[in-house]
Amino acid sequence: MTVDSLLWYTIRGAGAVSLVLLTAILCLGIVSALRWSSPAWPRFLTVGLHRNLALLALVVLALHIVLAVVDPYTALGWRAAVIPFAVGYRRLWLGLGSVALYLIVTLVVTSLLRQVIGLRLWRFVHWAAYACWPVAMIHGMGTGSDFGLTWMVALDVVSAAAVVAAVGLRLRAGSVSISSPESAAALRPAVRAERPQ
Amino acid sequence: MNTALRLLDGPDGEAGAESLTSHQLRLGTLPPPEPAWLIDAVERSGLLGRGGAAFPAGRKWRSVAERSAGRAVVVVNGAEGEPLSGKDRTLMAIRPHLVLDGAEVAAAAVRAREVLLYVGTEYPAARSALMRATAERGAGRVPMTLVEAPTGYVSGEESAAVQYIDRGLALPTTTPPRPFERGVGGRPTLIQNVETLAASALIARFGPGWYRGAGRDLSPGTALVSLSGAVARPGVIEVELGSTVGEAVSTAGLSEAPGAVLVGGYAGAWVPADAAWDLSLDPVRLRREGLAMGCGVISVLPASTCPVQATAEILSFMAGASAGQCGPCRFGLGAAAETASRLARGAGVAGDVDRLRRWCGQLPGRGACGHPDGAARLLGSALSAFAEEFRLHEERRCGSTRRSERVA
Amino acid sequence: MASTVRIDRIRCQGHGLCAELLPELIELDDWGYPILRREDVPEALEAHARRAVAVCPVLALRLERGPRRTPPPAA
Repeated sequence: MTVDSLLWYTIRGAGAVSLVLLTAILCLGIVSALRWSSPAWPRFLTVGLHRNLALLALVVLALHIVLAVVDPYTALGWRAAVIPFAVGYRRLWLGLGSVALYLIVTLVVTSLLRQVIGLRLWRFVHWAAYACWPVAMIHGMGTGSDFGLTWMVALDVVSAAAVVAAVGLRLRAGSVSISSPESAAALRPAVRAERPQ
Repeated sequence: MNTALRLLDGPDGEAGAESLTSHQLRLGTLPPPEPAWLIDAVERSGLLGRGGAAFPAGRKWRSVAERSAGRAVVVVNGAEGEPLSGKDRTLMAIRPHLVLDGAEVAAAAVRAREVLLYVGTEYPAARSALMRATAERGAGRVPMTLVEAPTGYVSGEESAAVQYIDRGLALPTTTPPRPFERGVGGRPTLIQNVETLAASALIARFGPGWYRGAGRDLSPGTALVSLSGAVARPGVIEVELGSTVGEAVSTAGLSEAPGAVLVGGYAGAWVPADAAWDLSLDPVRLRREGLAMGCGVISVLPASTCPVQATAEILSFMAGASAGQCGPCRFGLGAAAETASRLARGAGVAGDVDRLRRWCGQLPGRGACGHPDGAARLLGSALSAFAEEFRLHEERRCGSTRRSERVA
Repeated sequence: MASTVRIDRIRCQGHGLCAELLPELIELDDWGYPILRREDVPEALEAHARRAVAVCPVLALRLERGPRRTPPPAA
């Protein structure tokens, strides 16, 4: 394997891992909104994983983007990464990658600064998460020369299935507010009491 | 027949609202407003708020005055959401000028820019009396506007009143900040009960020493009390602070053999009749005994009425009156009301009383306002005063011969 | 210096994450709403309290420096 193709596969691989991470992040976000928990899986685990996987995704994405930009074979340059639809090579699909990047960065930064910017602004911005995943997905499908590869297709199908199922559950739940004592008791997390120190 | 006459001194209540002429003939005019002196006078008088919290009025006035810079607002709280209380509407209806004097005095003391008369929408006599009185007085130093308070127990709560005036929603808000810091329109707001303001109007004329001339126990002055229940002549009377519940009830006379007395209102406490008669009607004394003066309600429960039923009715009212914004109040109080009702109608289940006790302990301090605290006080007092009756009801038995139609 | 935990009871929707992360100070009632066993935060739990404040989905928790300053709501 040449250095060039190693580079190419790393870029593609990082992209694929990013997609898997984004899928997991979105599903975990929905699990959190639905207030699901069990004695073995507390709510803070959902929230913590959601946050940490997002930070991890940033790292993997950074690798994906930096390598894609410096790769002499693609010769994309930094403009391709930061200005959507700037470069001619597969303009639309590549451009969507930049859009996804901006969405992700905005989501992460606003979340890290949630206590500073306040709940209303944070929540308003966070709805963009539902746009972020399809944009990233379509970017991957459109830019990859290996879209036809079985494992890539399988990855896409499984990710899409997970997102569709999660969004379906979210839509069915509607507004997850507490309307009755029964629903309050049902949504109550299973918290194990600990003896104070 | 009252035990003391200061607020209710003057022409008979049957005559309707006292006119400006009569008011001025009887009491003279207000002294020229001197903010520092006024606040000092109210502080030294020891006047306590009569809206339910019994907070020292002078301290409240000073807190608002310190932040006012001429921007403050005075809200005259005549919402009177407590069903068993009639003192505020009575005072507004028959002594409107005394109330408006108090508003003027408060406005001068805290250097307010405007006065809002927050009067319950279900009290047309009080409203029209105040309207006519403001017209009689003509334009004063500070504009006075009437605001109709919506029906509802919590609409008289301070932060709820502020939010209603600002945004049309009579729901309590999270404090801090309290109205004295940031209230109507974000400005320092003095929101004070009608009776407290009326008393301050007398203090402004006759001085704190005069005010302290009344009062037999720990607190000075007089208070209005609403008598209801198994009494022959229900109504509003004025008593010297430190008078006993027995003295107050004897002026109204008993209509049936008494079982217990509700002291303070729906957010007050049940006291068995024997123990109630010697209770001192003094906010500080009552608080020390785990009771409350509240808004001065004294309601006698006949011995023949089931106290579990009476308690269940009050709890159901309190649960329905909840703003529903805070889970512990909305669900905890709701569950307590539902369980008490089940016990009352003979559908008790083993463990009900223990559950009530647990929920009762989990209510205080867990809402944005004091509503759950009041309900917990009522429930706690019932579980203690009527322990035997509650135990019987858990076994689906009842010691009383009939259920109450209403507590009042 | 000790801190105090404050809960905005109107904002609170009973998510219950605070009780998971700060069980020494917070437990849940029958409907999932927090009961503050004690308000002052011991030094050892300071970091945990901060995490609990950050994790609340509706930012209903606050950490104030110093002991409790404002009195409870008037009953």
